[in-house]
Amino acid sequence: MLRDEDRIFTNLYGWYGADLDAARQRGIWDNTKALAALGRERIVEEVKTSGLRGRGGAGFPTGLKWSFMPKESKDGRPSYLVINADESEPGTCKDRDILRYDPHRLLEGALLAGIGMGANACYIYIRGEFYNEGSAVQRAIDEAYGAGLLGKNAADSGWDYDVYLHRGAGAYICGEETALLESIEGKKGQPRNKPPFPAMAGLYGCPTTVNNVETIAVVPEILRRGGDWFAGLGRPKNAGTKLFCISGHVVQPCNVEEELGIPLKELIDRHAGGVRGGWDNLLGVIPGGSSVPVLPKDICDTVLMDFDSLRDVKSGLGTAGVIVMDRSTDIVEAIVRLSHFYMHESCGQCTPCREGTGWMWRLLKRMGRGQASVEEIDTLYEVTKEIEGHTICALGDAAAWPVQGLIRHFRPELERRIKEYRRSAQARAA
Amino acid sequence: MPKLTIDGIEIEVEPGTSVLQACERLGIEIPRFCFHDRLSVPANCRMCLVEMERSPKPIASCAMPAADGMVIHTDSEITRKARRGVMELLLINHPLDCPICDQGGECDLQDQAVAYGLDHSRFQENKRAVKEKYLGPLIKTFMTRCIHCTRCIRFSDEIAGVEELGATGRGEHMEIGTYIERAITSELSGNLIDVCPVGALTSKPYAFAARPWELKKTDTIDVMDAVGSNIRVDSRGGEVMRVLPRLHEDVNEEWISDKTRFACDGLRRQRLDRPYVRENGKLRPATWDEAFATIAERLGALKGDQIAAIAGDLADVEGLMALKDLMGQLGSPNLDCRQDGAQIGGGPRAGYLFNTGIAGIESADAILLVGTNPRWEAPIINARIRKRWLLGGQIGALKVGVIGPDIDLTYRTQHLGAGPRTLQSIATGKGDFADILGAADRPMLILGMGALARPDGAAVLDMARQVADSCGLVKEGWNGFNVLHTAAGRVGALDIGFLPGDGGRDVAGILEGAGSGAVKLVWLYGADEIDMTALGAPGGDGAFVVYQGHHGDRGAHRADVILPGAAYTEKNATYVNTEGRVQRARMAVFPPGEAREDWRILRAFSDRIGRRLPYDSLTQLRGRLVEANPVFAEIDRLSPAAWGTFGTEGKVANPGFASPVANFYMTDPISRASVTMAKCVQEIMGQTPAAAE
Repeated sequence: MLRDEDRIFTNLYGWYGADLDAARQRGIWDNTKALAALGRERIVEEVKTSGLRGRGGAGFPTGLKWSFMPKESKDGRPSYLVINADESEPGTCKDRDILRYDPHRLLEGALLAGIGMGANACYIYIRGEFYNEGSAVQRAIDEAYGAGLLGKNAADSGWDYDVYLHRGAGAYICGEETALLESIEGKKGQPRNKPPFPAMAGLYGCPTTVNNVETIAVVPEILRRGGDWFAGLGRPKNAGTKLFCISGHVVQPCNVEEELGIPLKELIDRHAGGVRGGWDNLLGVIPGGSSVPVLPKDICDTVLMDFDSLRDVKSGLGTAGVIVMDRSTDIVEAIVRLSHFYMHESCGQCTPCREGTGWMWRLLKRMGRGQASVEEIDTLYEVTKEIEGHTICALGDAAAWPVQGLIRHFRPELERRIKEYRRSAQARAA
Repeated sequence: MPKLTIDGIEIEVEPGTSVLQACERLGIEIPRFCFHDRLSVPANCRMCLVEMERSPKPIASCAMPAADGMVIHTDSEITRKARRGVMELLLINHPLDCPICDQGGECDLQDQAVAYGLDHSRFQENKRAVKEKYLGPLIKTFMTRCIHCTRCIRFSDEIAGVEELGATGRGEHMEIGTYIERAITSELSGNLIDVCPVGALTSKPYAFAARPWELKKTDTIDVMDAVGSNIRVDSRGGEVMRVLPRLHEDVNEEWISDKTRFACDGLRRQRLDRPYVRENGKLRPATWDEAFATIAERLGALKGDQIAAIAGDLADVEGLMALKDLMGQLGSPNLDCRQDGAQIGGGPRAGYLFNTGIAGIESADAILLVGTNPRWEAPIINARIRKRWLLGGQIGALKVGVIGPDIDLTYRTQHLGAGPRTLQSIATGKGDFADILGAADRPMLILGMGALARPDGAAVLDMARQVADSCGLVKEGWNGFNVLHTAAGRVGALDIGFLPGDGGRDVAGILEGAGSGAVKLVWLYGADEIDMTALGAPGGDGAFVVYQGHHGDRGAHRADVILPGAAYTEKNATYVNTEGRVQRARMAVFPPGEAREDWRILRAFSDRIGRRLPYDSLTQLRGRLVEANPVFAEIDRLSPAAWGTFGTEGKVANPGFASPVANFYMTDPISRASVTMAKCVQEIMGQTPAAAE
């Protein structure tokens, strides 16, 4: 259980002000100059020591990612930091609370991260639906400029730093880092092929690092308290604290900051007031936002909430959007709904995702009513395999995984419906 | 240089080579839809996935640069599975309408489905249907068949330079189209049909006309402009069904203009398929004997300088040579190939050629366009300039200056002025662009017919030569002086000297002579672009006009005797393009009815009047060509022409230059007879075409 003094997001619930003065009282922008004075190498080193892994879902080591940025510009191209605030993953609402209640924490992190990767400009790409959140961030940016914390010689660090807010137009795919860059550039939000990776050629063809809001927001505390402190939280290779968003059939849905590696059961019981109707009423949990496979109760009993433990049970931590489903849930209908979401949000650029997401949804929907054959369950599984790993971006994988999770853990339920439908059809015929 | 292993074979490739290209070097075929050699690489079809060791997922070989130590497997289980999967997904929403699809038999999807697909479909749901889009009179759409490879979007953005196609909608609702349902305004739009790997974009005029396996394919040369695009003529029976591009890296790459592709239906209309003789003011069908007798009778009493010949824009070199020799036999110095009155020819060959060569454009760094609209006069050359312009960032920006009409050429230009005065100031070293040309490594000047086909044309030519000299356009290994012709037959005619002899009349002189009665007989060899009224009324006091050609166009209407000749698809002939490249056209179909190859007509007529031309076969005639000018021995080869002085110093007039092509779609008898071209004028240019004469 995370101790209060180790808590990073001290205004997660908006109990205090989001303005600069209130932020300063929480220790934000406190002697940022000294943190900036650590210099580029030390900042990256400290973040590497902390073991911070990207909080956007993929969990790539942040310090390592920053170290890919060119040490110096050989051809005059500037470097950019882009902050991904396009939080659209169903079941996830962590960045939103940072953006609206704690924007200065993000801005301070943006400055320090910018110094860490040699960027003088930062773009915050915010989800179009986050209208008020965007306004809150813009207000904070204006305040920071007014107080000399951004702009020329930002926070007296000797580093010039500009932050721009860019509003999206409401497409899930624009949360994919290269589609996000395309969108900022004014193009249709379609993911780019990699390589080249953004660190080589990203925004406007310049070296770019794209980081999640939460990743950037924890950086100032890591630098302030030292990487070792952060690394001491959580489990090895899964260090630090994490915002969990618990939703669904729990007594008290909430956002909460916890150490990585907390048992799922403890997380739900302690912070969300438990599963509605008691733990035994649990059907399954989607542990990391809609993209990851669902886990049945027997796994949920023991699994730990971190990147590696969840990977080991063939799911993932993702964005740590914990979707809890009790026994009243029509699990097939739930996955059908997610499947429809991915079909709707597929950009349509590459074949497997464009064609496959629609096929999966239609097939699964039919199967949910039982109007399918048992063999088609295997067909469906093969279709998910035809999509997974064959697409330009990870949306194809994200669309395939929930369906795979369903087949892996709830195949008997699918078969039951098919048989039942067949029986009732025969009964009608007779 | 990266060294990688593909299917156990080690290969070293140039840096920047993609894995797909490396596989091709080894002769390993990688299936693909979206990848196209000349377009950017979106890697969106995912058909080219191959297994790469140490990569958790198969990679898109078209977009993955080859790197040292890569180990690629193109026939492993992972690769095969990926291909099968992608193919299945491509087909689930693709209609099973191959029997009624025009792409059938030449469809990438069909071919690759056979090679890499499953034998049955597991897709039980309803297939998607997409509404047809309107893309103009040339391209028929069947968007349900679209596999979203985006080749068409990339072609129009990158090659054609008109950003009119795009994808709207997301996911499976993504649709390709112009959004505002308007005809594509590109002169290269027909190539969209070729780049489309499936039957989504097909040829509208050719719709449901033939199957590819029924067609006889003839490799030949186009004559709709002076580019000499390499084409393949597909014919069935005696009919040209369609024209397709043929690869020639130095000329047209793999593109052709819409006129080249679609004007071929003009070959079926308005054709002269038998001789005609004018009797009592009216043309009546006649036999060859009658026609020849009528001409011979008229010719009998005439002296050489009372006879004249004008060659048209589509004339082949063999016919021109025969006509020139015939005129020589008759003692006439009055012959000219410059219907438009362009003040060109006579001097060194470099004075009338596109010396840089079309491929040479790609290494130019500054171009001055004078009196030309390359977009309409030679869309293929314009596309090359755009290609060079797009390379900008990589090999230094291309600067293009324009003297003449200020028009959108699909690349950024600097409009310097409208007429000869601007050219004059550059010739005297004034202005920024003179400095740009002077400072450039490989500067070019492209002189169009709009600058030469005017009374002060010779002076403009002289001035352009001065610019070439003063700005260093001609140097070791580089000749940046270029004349852009509009007539396919012009350079060949100039090469054999189809020009007024000593004391001979040029086109203006011939017309004037016909009016004054000094010229009694005019032989029009496919010449339709002159002022026919200047020849006087037929049958009256006007000159006796012999029209030898293939279309009942302006010349035939005026003629007193019509000798039906062969169009470019109907004869084995030689054409010289604007670069001076000698190319051979081949007979795809026979000339209609009693029409004959042109040199044969002239040879037969010469025999009839007892002045037999000294060649009995095409081979002998071609020997005569080489004798007249050795360039005709060098087929499809460019040899640099020696520089010299040309043009005549003189006063220039004030009026600005105007392009000789006022209507891209109708520039010659064939395109004027084409229904498709008439539709283009109507739907793309928004004009009502004048009633056919």
